[in-house]
Amino acid sequence: MQTDPTELRLRGLMLAALDGDAATYRSLLAELGRHLRRYFTRRLTPAYAFHAEDLVQETLLAIHTRRMTYDRDRPLTAWVYAIAHHKLVDHVRRQSIRLTVPLDDDTPVFAHDETGDAVARRDLDTVLDAVPARTSDLIRRTKVDGQSVAEAAAANNMSETAAKVSIHRGLKALAARFAGGAK
Amino acid sequence: MTDELIARLASDLRPVPRHAMRRLVLFAWFPALLVSAGLMWFWLGPRADLATAPGTMMFWTKFSYTAALAAFGGVATLALARPGGRIRWPWLAALVLLAVVVVGAFWQLALAEPDGMMPLITGSSSLVCPWYIVALSLPILAATLGALRRLAPTRPTLAGFAAGLFSGGTGAWVYAFHCGENGMMFLALWYTLGILIVAALGAVLGRLVLRW
Repeated sequence: MQTDPTELRLRGLMLAALDGDAATYRSLLAELGRHLRRYFTRRLTPAYAFHAEDLVQETLLAIHTRRMTYDRDRPLTAWVYAIAHHKLVDHVRRQSIRLTVPLDDDTPVFAHDETGDAVARRDLDTVLDAVPARTSDLIRRTKVDGQSVAEAAAANNMSETAAKVSIHRGLKALAARFAGGAK
Repeated sequence: MTDELIARLASDLRPVPRHAMRRLVLFAWFPALLVSAGLMWFWLGPRADLATAPGTMMFWTKFSYTAALAAFGGVATLALARPGGRIRWPWLAALVLLAVVVVGAFWQLALAEPDGMMPLITGSSSLVCPWYIVALSLPILAATLGALRRLAPTRPTLAGFAAGLFSGGTGAWVYAFHCGENGMMFLALWYTLGILIVAALGAVLGRLVLRW
């Protein structure tokens, strides 16, 4: 079950909104608008940053008109993210513009708060200790710091292929050790 | 600007019941099913032995094969109507079901007299069967795609395919009340072909009309 405080709070607002509470709905949309503005601005190059507001409005409109597609038993943030992502991809295709970040390398709409990050970082250190130092460095660079595989490989004096294999094996080992059975 | 929009949307808020999406799709599907049934009844006519056919095994085989494919398509349609929706088991289930029918078909053929085999494969209506199924499915496909347009499929081609399987299965189910064929192989080949044509049509149309 979701325990993220942002998720819990926003989902509570959404459930009230679906039951017809207009005031709650209004504050929910305002807050989603702020998240979405940050999300779209970060995705678009500065030259296209002025498209962000259009995208925010389009996404809010889609959230409104298609709100019956929200499944009350699932995370709201994932639902909003899927809509925002869809709007962004559609917009980029129609305008044939370039993004600052490749789409498959996407960061979520909802940033976590800092304390959670610190805890997560400490957990991450512990987890990454379980694989060889070079592998953990590669994983950290590519999966946490957002470097490309080529950059991470160069920093470790290895070929890109070797780095890919190493990352893959490392992640697999970590999954075997920490995933705790089938998901 | 955005604040105005939010105010407008909030004032437009109406409560959404828990199963609103399922209801929307089913309320589009059911009247179209009645249209399709009416078409079958007045245009093609029910099979002459409709009163006694329910006593035969083959009647129920056709009945359940088509109904099950429609159900798998319906489940997939509902899952894919949500943003980011993905689902796999209905496709696998449909393939398994087809495999079971094909095995049954070979078994039925193995038991048949040499002279009795062709009627079980091509019957007397194999050339028209898929097309009648497509025709009977079109109103249903139009209705389900219409409902999907109000939802949020992020994979329009696949969602259209699911709607096609849903509609094609339903159309074939209706057609089974007209069709007097008794071959399992007939069912496996020509019914499946008709349903697949509708599904493919749904995929193409989905790509075109399910943009939002």
